Amino acid sequence: MDGTAELAVGNIVRRVLHIIREEELLLLTKDVGGLKLIVGSDDEDTAEGDYNHVASAAAVAASRNSLLRPSLHTLLENIQNSTLACQNSSGGDSEEKSKSDKNSSRRKVKHNVIEAVNILIEDIDACHELIAEQAVEHIHQNEVILTLGHSKTVLEFLSAAKEKKRSFRVVVAEGAPRYQGHVLAKELVKMGVQSTVVTDSAVFAMISRVNMVIVGVHAVMANGGVIAPVGMRMVALAARNYAVPLVVVAGTHKLCPLYPHNPEVLLNDMRCPSELVDFGEFSNCMDFGIDSGAPLLHIVNPAFDYVPPELISLFITDIGGHNPSYIHRLIADYYSADDLVL
Amino acid sequence: MVQKKGASRVSEDAEEELARAPLQAVLLADSFAQKFRPITLERPKVLLPLVNIPMIDYTLAWLESAGVEEVFVFCCAHSRQVIEYLNNSKWFGQPNFTIKTIESHNSVSAGDALRLIYEQNVMCVKEKVIEKERGEREKIYEDFILISGDTLSNMSLTQALEEHKERRKKNSNAVMTMVIKKSKPSPLTHQSRLGTDELFMAIDPETKQLLYYEDKADHLKGSITLDKMLLVDNPSVSLHNDKQDCYIDICSPEVLSLFTDNFDYQHLRRHFVKGLLVDDIMGYKIFTHEIYSSYAARIDNFRSYDTVSKDIIQRWTYPFVPDVQFFGNNAAKLERQGMYRSSGIVQSRSAQIGPFTVIGNGTTIGNNTKISNSVVGEGCNIGSNVAIEGSYIWHNVTIEDGCTIRHAIVCDGVIMKSGAVLEPGVVLSFKVVIGQQFVVPAYSKVSLLQQPTKQDSDEELEYADDSSGIVEIPSISCTSDKLSGELTSELSETQRWATSESLIINQVGAGGVGFIWSVGEGGYEEELRHSVAPIPADKLAEIIQAANDDIEMSAQDGNLLPASGELQPDSNSIGSEDNIEDMRDDYIYFEKEVEATFLRAVQENITEEHVVLEVNSLRLSYNKTSVDCASALFYSMMKMALETPHSSTSELLGNATNVIGTWQKLLKYYLPSLDEEIEVILKFEEMCLESAKEFSSIFVQVLHLLYDKDLLQEDAIHNWATEKEGADESDKVFLKQSEKFIQYNKFAISSLSYCNICKFIYGFLVQWLNEASEEED
Repeated sequence: MDGTAELAVGNIVRRVLHIIREEELLLLTKDVGGLKLIVGSDDEDTAEGDYNHVASAAAVAASRNSLLRPSLHTLLENIQNSTLACQNSSGGDSEEKSKSDKNSSRRKVKHNVIEAVNILIEDIDACHELIAEQAVEHIHQNEVILTLGHSKTVLEFLSAAKEKKRSFRVVVAEGAPRYQGHVLAKELVKMGVQSTVVTDSAVFAMISRVNMVIVGVHAVMANGGVIAPVGMRMVALAARNYAVPLVVVAGTHKLCPLYPHNPEVLLNDMRCPSELVDFGEFSNCMDFGIDSGAPLLHIVNPAFDYVPPELISLFITDIGGHNPSYIHRLIADYYSADDLVL
Repeated sequence: MVQKKGASRVSEDAEEELARAPLQAVLLADSFAQKFRPITLERPKVLLPLVNIPMIDYTLAWLESAGVEEVFVFCCAHSRQVIEYLNNSKWFGQPNFTIKTIESHNSVSAGDALRLIYEQNVMCVKEKVIEKERGEREKIYEDFILISGDTLSNMSLTQALEEHKERRKKNSNAVMTMVIKKSKPSPLTHQSRLGTDELFMAIDPETKQLLYYEDKADHLKGSITLDKMLLVDNPSVSLHNDKQDCYIDICSPEVLSLFTDNFDYQHLRRHFVKGLLVDDIMGYKIFTHEIYSSYAARIDNFRSYDTVSKDIIQRWTYPFVPDVQFFGNNAAKLERQGMYRSSGIVQSRSAQIGPFTVIGNGTTIGNNTKISNSVVGEGCNIGSNVAIEGSYIWHNVTIEDGCTIRHAIVCDGVIMKSGAVLEPGVVLSFKVVIGQQFVVPAYSKVSLLQQPTKQDSDEELEYADDSSGIVEIPSISCTSDKLSGELTSELSETQRWATSESLIINQVGAGGVGFIWSVGEGGYEEELRHSVAPIPADKLAEIIQAANDDIEMSAQDGNLLPASGELQPDSNSIGSEDNIEDMRDDYIYFEKEVEATFLRAVQENITEEHVVLEVNSLRLSYNKTSVDCASALFYSMMKMALETPHSSTSELLGNATNVIGTWQKLLKYYLPSLDEEIEVILKFEEMCLESAKEFSSIFVQVLHLLYDKDLLQEDAIHNWATEKEGADESDKVFLKQSEKFIQYNKFAISSLSYCNICKFIYGFLVQWLNEASEEED
């Protein structure tokens, strides 16, 4: 359903959902245990016991239901409901005890969820630093590094290496049509890094001198492929041709649990053609008042490229370096299978 | 007095409120034109779907994205519909974006609308005096954006606003900033790609001040007229014809008061802008802001509807494109080759959907149907074997099997029975039914409403009528009696349609419902230019032919370049009657000048070289060819010969011989080729017939003389003779006279070598001359 190209938003939503589910699971396992205990202790009064039995069974059923249901956006509400149901159906000391138990556990769940989300926020904030910390392990003395366009992660990664007194050179492919590479080059020069700006089409000519390609991406797909700024596939192929390692730096928030062949995933964003050409200069090519009236000129400006996992050597994320084939493992850690379709 | 109060208040508040004043916009939800008739009789133009989304939504979405916080929507025609739509849309209740509607029924132009807004403002000012706190946000006190509801853009206003404010600080007379964009007009049709006329603008390249604005230039003349003062006052002026007016204006509050002061201002451009440009008393200035990478265009007519739709499909208006959800629209998915499809489409496997096509939600498409370069709305039902090309099908349209639609607009609820055909340029208004196998002729407009019989020549007054059945008109006192008269007549027509359906069945085929409107006053030509269909090839060829003829014609006259630096044309002839007369007058002056020069030369014994020099300079200044010089010189010589006293024709001949003898070199200089020689003969003939009849008797002798002096070649005489052969009897007088001579010449050439020809001719001529004199005796 997510038609937007901003996959990161969906990723974070799924992560939060996953956190809630995890907490819920913890609570439920406790809950079920607790209820059994209560039932056991109230064995004397049979009538009440039956009643309790029914109530507890209902509660368990409700929680089971909630576990099985694929979309649980309101898990917290469900907990409340089930406890309410318990409240109504039960009367007596032990029930009151269980009620207070549940109230406190519910509060605890909420607290845990909030805590976990806060940790997630911190993680996202710190991801650039965490990635940058690993820079010295990857960038060696007197290396030549190639990058495409502008990525904050790449910039911090390089600057961390520079701070650690590594001396290296950077070749920046300008990243047409938005030319973000120019911005990156400026910033690198400010840091005192020797930089070379080349056109995207000159990448193949430069690649033989390059020791490593380090790039930032838009999203990392579940199969280990990436969606990256347009031109990246060409860079990747050039790197493969000269056996230059292609290193992708990306925070875990860019990890997307979807596969690129999924029709629900919008792989590309067709941007405005005016980034490519000047409307005024081409206005006479688009005069539909003459000839057949059919537009003969079509200007296509895709924002992204898809780079398959075979072309990528290494992912550097805030939790360390990973092989493309390992990405699906991370996905399993971070996301619930139920949340894949939002 | 009230105005003054308002104005002073504005200037006072301007500075203190500069920082926190919300950006406001006035959106005119009425185009005050009738280009979209008959559709606009039933629905306001701003609510017409443009790639399946009402136009006003594009405008509002842009205003919101550009940081406008408060929009005053001025509703006029079908105001109820507009207000209802806005109430149901999600535009109300947006944070940081408020919409206020202003309803008016007696405004017939943009000028009226702005005057009304000004009046309401003034009222608000009064209120403010009373209740300072509450009235504050109720009026327009800062620079505001003036836009009409049929404009779409994705530009950023920040820079334009800053520039405008900067200028205002320096010079409070800079009242308006106009947004322009480069767009080349077609050199053939002299219209922009939006179907509007070629626009000429003079802009100061330094300050970007607009100095001249002309959208109704006369292309037949191929020239525009600039005030000389424009060039005197400004150190540099750049004149553009490749700029498009985006109809997005950043206005200062003075603009509103200006409209009130000049109560005759109706049209924003034609009256207001041009009025300010020529008015140098108040010294108000208009500036331009050119946008480069962003898009802006106004939908003025069906042609621009087509163009802008295609621009949207080609994503120039990004992010306002069908696959991006920018408000309540159903986002379609972009596929290859610019094809947008919504999710809920039922499409036959054999249907072919071509490039640059948008298919709306809930539409079904049958077998073997082909759709290309078109927009199909929501809930349409398209049968099998239908061909749709370059057309705009709105919502809930039923198209049965085998229909063909090319370059047409089909409004909501239309039913096309099987086999119906829409030729290019057809517009079907709401709920029209086209009968089986019926072919709707090209450029026709079909509506359930009958065409208003009274055609008002003033187009501004046409739009305000409202015949969609909302009974609100009679309650409002219309300003013009004519208007109300028309309205009532139209209403009665509607009723008539409702009662007697049988009247109209035949117009659109069996089982069809609707009236075919006849072509409006603008005529067929206008229709072609503004139609949704491209200009047909044969028409275009005609235009090209006409253009080529013009070029050839001016090339013949040697008049391709203007005579001098002045922009006013003097002899840029494109073949109209006036111009031919002009040329003739020109020639007469030239001839007189040459004659005077020649006479002076004779009297003052000036050498031939100097005479050549003088004649050449005359030739250049009058922009003449050497043919003209030769005939003019010859004319002067013969005239001199004529004016020299003589008693008989032989004496006259002697005179002529003398003159030609003395000045033969001069004449020869201007006779480099046969053409000039023939021209001289023709000129002489003309003289003999008209001004100097005395020569008629000695025509042959003079001809012979010229031949003798090597001024004329045999070929020239022969050519002249053959040319004259086909002429009237009266014209042949001289031909007959010289027949013998010519025949002899011919014979001579064919039988003898060149050397001998001379001898022979001498002999013959002597004999012939004798004969001639004998005859005379």
